[in-house]
This record gives sequence, structure tokens and C-alpha cells, in this order.
Amino acid sequence: MSWVTKTLSSSLGRKLIMAVTGISLILFLLVHCGINSMIFFNDGGETFNAAAEFMSGNWLIRTAEVGLMAGFIIHIADGLMLWKSNAEKRPVKYAIVKGEANSSWASRSMGILGSLLLIFLVIHLRHFWITSRFTDEITGGHTTLFAEMIETFANPIAVIIYVIGCISLAYHLSHGFQSSFQTMGWNHPKYTPFVKSVGLSFSILIPLIFAAMPISMYFGWIA
Amino acid sequence: MNLSLKIWRQKNANSEGKFQQYDVQGISEDMSFLEMFDVLNERLINEGDTPVAFDHDCREGICGMCSMYINGQPHGPGKNVTTCQLHMRSFKDGDTITVEPWRAKAFPIVKDLAVNRSAFDRIISAGGYVSVNTGNAQDANSLPIAKDNADDAFMAAACIGCGACVAACVNSSAMLFTSAKISQLALLPQGQAERAMRAEKMVAQMDTEGFGACSVTGACEAECPKGISLENIARMNREYYGAVLSSK
Repeated sequence: MSWVTKTLSSSLGRKLIMAVTGISLILFLLVHCGINSMIFFNDGGETFNAAAEFMSGNWLIRTAEVGLMAGFIIHIADGLMLWKSNAEKRPVKYAIVKGEANSSWASRSMGILGSLLLIFLVIHLRHFWITSRFTDEITGGHTTLFAEMIETFANPIAVIIYVIGCISLAYHLSHGFQSSFQTMGWNHPKYTPFVKSVGLSFSILIPLIFAAMPISMYFGWIA
Repeated sequence: MNLSLKIWRQKNANSEGKFQQYDVQGISEDMSFLEMFDVLNERLINEGDTPVAFDHDCREGICGMCSMYINGQPHGPGKNVTTCQLHMRSFKDGDTITVEPWRAKAFPIVKDLAVNRSAFDRIISAGGYVSVNTGNAQDANSLPIAKDNADDAFMAAACIGCGACVAACVNSSAMLFTSAKISQLALLPQGQAERAMRAEKMVAQMDTEGFGACSVTGACEAECPKGISLENIARMNREYYGAVLSSK
């Protein structure tokens, strides 16, 4: 085994993979949220559609998309494998666990939260990414992404699924953001409180903006 | 105080274990948790039963031998206490107390509440030492050590190796223990000679022993009777990444 494989398959290496891919996905969320927020101009989706068109037509973005997909796949696969191998480290479970006395619920539930997010991701990709990248190209691209959003979020079940997705994301980020810094070895009395507060604000703000999109479209505040 | 105890009884590593209920009467609230067990065991011996096996030694909170998982927490309720320093005044008359052994694949049960923690010894043997000759005690000023480093090394060295971190962790991870042992030497001049080798070998041994990875829940830090900080795990990560990148 080469030293790279050996390092990345160690317990520390596998967590490093989670942290690095996690941080890249956080950066992606920032871009995703920024572009989608253009629907709040409430101009019939004109600005948003222009931005979406730019993103899908730009070769640099399309290339980065491959990296993004790899980031998602690695984060999910490594996360699921870690979840399984960590669970095997305690074959006989405790009768009573007073987890709330020593840790946050989110930190103990990253596997469950991640799995909820995976289910949400599949639904989300089916709704928009597959439609915009493949179905529209096959059918001649007659719908805009904004029109697709309006149509999807007319359905209350879709809105509920998206809100649940955003809540899971908030909890997942509330732990993932700051713990990725710790895993990368960045823990310092001067900066860690700052990282923690930025992480907490990010994990509340970004999912809140995302959740506001289906809700405002469902109630017709954005049309 | 009269209490009801639900204690895990298991004959040996290979047998099936189960909870057994014992009622104890006339317990003083000034007794330590282990003294309460002594009262129970005296009674069991007098009745011709097998006493409950549990680890203990100094009973002063410094040896790291006691290891009971009490009502869902290692060393029971309270901050910075070992089981031997936990007093019965932390409980109420009539309480039911559930006592389990540390549960982890890497800590097999020896009997009842006693577990085999020699995995920790093997992690230390892998690199938690200074093998270069450090000579006789020198004049204090000949080896300047920054106060911050001395303090951090001292805090890390406070680890008594009891295993509460593993017991508390959802992943049965031994990273708080291993990182404390790596840190105490990495921060001092005597530990520099084998610094990189130490981090690599101790982490490899930790993985071989079958401990889990870290999810940064912070449960280890919260339950550690010596208050070992999560900063040590971040330091171990830096030591390890640096070591694998630079070693030949």
C-alpha cells in the first residue's frame, strides 16, 4: 500500500476526506444560494434565468461541476462507510446512553442527517438538475429553470420535502462546519470561537434562505 | 439511603451477560460509589454469592483504574470526577442506578464491570515514550520551555488513561487518549527527537486496536475526569498529517 492510500484509509485520513469535501460543498452551497437568491428580485425570474443560463453555458463552470459531483460522491461514500465502521466498534450497545449530557444532538446524528440529505438530494436533482440538463435538451429546452421552480413548488408536498431538507441541512451544517476545522487541525483559542460563530450563522442563514424559496413561491409571493 | 442497582453481570469475555438487580440499604451519602459497591460485595460474599468484579486501585482519582458506566455516563454524573470520587450524595434515596462496563470492541470484558484496557498500553508502546538519553536532571534554565507549552503539556499529561473517552464516544474512538499522549511529548524539547515517528506509529496502533474515528461530538472532553481538551485531537491531527508528509 502506498503511503497516500495508507494515510487516507487511516481513521484520521478518512475524517480528513470528510472535512475537505465538506468544506468544498459548503463553498458550493454559498454559490448555489447566491444565484438562487436572485428569484427574490421578483422580476418574473429574469435575473435568475440569466444567471442560470450563464452557469450552464460556461465551460469553466461545467468543468467545475464534475469536481463538485466527485466531492458529493466522495463525501457520501466515505460518510456512509465511516458510519458503518464506527458502529461496528461497539458491538454490544449500552442500555442507557445520556448523550445530551455531553454532546449536541446534531453531532451524534450526522449519519442520519446525512442520509436524509442524500434522499433529499436525489429528489432535488430529479426536480431541477436532470430536467434542466437532460430532459429540456431532449425536448428542445422550452422551459426556464424559474418556470420549473414555480411549477414544482405549486405542490405542497414538494414544499414540505424541501423544508425538511433545509432543516436537515441546518443541523448537518451546525456541526459539520466547525468540526471540519477541528479535523483539519485548526483549533486555536483565538480563532475557534470565531469559526464556531461563523459556522452557526452560516448553518442558520443559508438553509433559511433556501427554505424561503419554495415557501414564497407556494404562497405566490414570488411569481 | 436505599437504592436499587441494575448491574451488568458477565462471567467472562465469551459468555453472555445480563443485568441483575440488587437492592442495597443503609447507604451513607458520604460514601463513594465504590464504597457502596464494597457494601454490596460484602453482603454477596456473606450470602455465598459471587461478588461483582470491578476495577479500582488508588481511590483518589489519580490512577485511572475505576471504569463504571453509570446511568448512561462514564464515571456517572458530575464534571471532572472518577467513579471513586463520585459520592452517593449525587443520588437520591430510592433511585435506580444502572451500572454497565465500558463498551467497546477494543475493550473486551474480563468479568462483570472489569474490562481489558491493554489496547491503551499497546498504543503507548508504539511510540508514547522518549527513548533518547535525556541525561541527568539539568539546571532549570538550560532547557528553556515556553510557559504556554509547559502548561499545555502538563494539561495533556494529566490523562490517567481510564478510557472514559472511549466509553463516552459514539464511535468508541480513542483519539482523546492518543492525542493527549502525543501532545505531552510533542510540546516538550525531550519529545522532539521521535516526534514524527511517534504520531505515525501511535495513530496506526490506535486503528489496529479497533477504535473508531472522531466525529467531534465533544463527549470525550465533557466526560473526561481530567478535563483533557479537544485541542489535543486537533494537535494530533496536525502532528499526524505533518509526519506522513515529511517522513521518509
